[in-house]
Amino acid sequence: MQSKRRARAVDILLILLIVLPLAGAMTLKVLTTPDAPLSEGVQISGAQIYFTIPMPIQDLPITAAQVNSWAVILSILGVCLYLTHGIKVIPDSKRQLAAEWIVDTVNRLVRSNMGEKFIGFAPFVAGILALSALSSLSSLLGLFAPTSDVNIILGWAILVFILITHYKLKGGLWAYIKGFFSPIPVFAPLNIIGEIATPISMSFRHYGNVMSGMVISTLIAFALRSLSQTVLGWLPGTLGKIPFLQVGLPAVLSLYFDIFSGCMQAFIFAMLTMMFIATAAPEDA
Amino acid sequence: MIELAIGIILGCCAIGAGIALIAGIGPGIGEGQAVAKACEAVGRQPESKSQVTSTLILGCALAETTGLYGLIIGILLIFVAPGSFVGILKEAMTSWGAGL
Repeated sequence: MQSKRRARAVDILLILLIVLPLAGAMTLKVLTTPDAPLSEGVQISGAQIYFTIPMPIQDLPITAAQVNSWAVILSILGVCLYLTHGIKVIPDSKRQLAAEWIVDTVNRLVRSNMGEKFIGFAPFVAGILALSALSSLSSLLGLFAPTSDVNIILGWAILVFILITHYKLKGGLWAYIKGFFSPIPVFAPLNIIGEIATPISMSFRHYGNVMSGMVISTLIAFALRSLSQTVLGWLPGTLGKIPFLQVGLPAVLSLYFDIFSGCMQAFIFAMLTMMFIATAAPEDA
Repeated sequence: MIELAIGIILGCCAIGAGIALIAGIGPGIGEGQAVAKACEAVGRQPESKSQVTSTLILGCALAETTGLYGLIIGILLIFVAPGSFVGILKEAMTSWGAGL
């Protein structure tokens, strides 16, 4: 009885750990949003800067993207702890089955894409997949999606690039340098550009998709507001000021731009990570 | 005079954004061909539909990349470039001592 009660208390704490970071990020956004006049033109801006930390070379701005990214990380930590709390050898709870399903799916994905010897990469791939997908989905809560800021994605892509280079260097430094001069030395500049283009293309693909979705939804919401002002503006009093035409269409667009596109890009980022690392490793290592 | 200069900057940014979006042609053609081939494949082997679909979506998303480069350039030209160009222009005007 005592242990059951303690387990329930831990559960409640972990659920709070899942919910509180996101709620905190939302509160911070609500508190710091400047009162923009509604009637003025469409405004699309990058991540809002909450405060700056003075640094020797350049001030470090703490933006909404960074804060939301950390909130998502804490929430994922909470989900992981909640799902794996009180696991047994013979599963008797639904959440342990869910956790086992997640681990099993990612293991199968990594095994089929990278081969058996890279199975240690499964947690890394699962981490990238969860972080990227939930970052994109956090825009459903009204937060600034961390994935629509190029700095966040570029950080992940540089991490992947370091891993790729690490596995290429496992074949020996000489082989790594010689790889740039193949098939003939004339190709060296092209090969170097191609090497640098990997993280840039990975980050721009993800960020461009999410951000273009955000821009298009904002533009369409603004256009619908203007349209309903011209069409329904004759209605008396405050009734004429309510943008009735904004109901409906943005929700359908959000289904594609926020949910499908975000999850798709997360999957593609994880797939490319797996493929690049698997092809970078030397055959016999 | 400076009004004319700012007008030229804004107009050229808009034209540049339009030209950058020509990059959308390539992915359009490519994804169309990919979908056509996927339809053929599903028609030939309906039992492999799920595999074909997942491969197709992955390939389409990869083919989209070049179009997205153009889109990012276009968005930068519309939302970011005019402000910074006008700022550079004004700075240059004041440093030359030309009366605005």
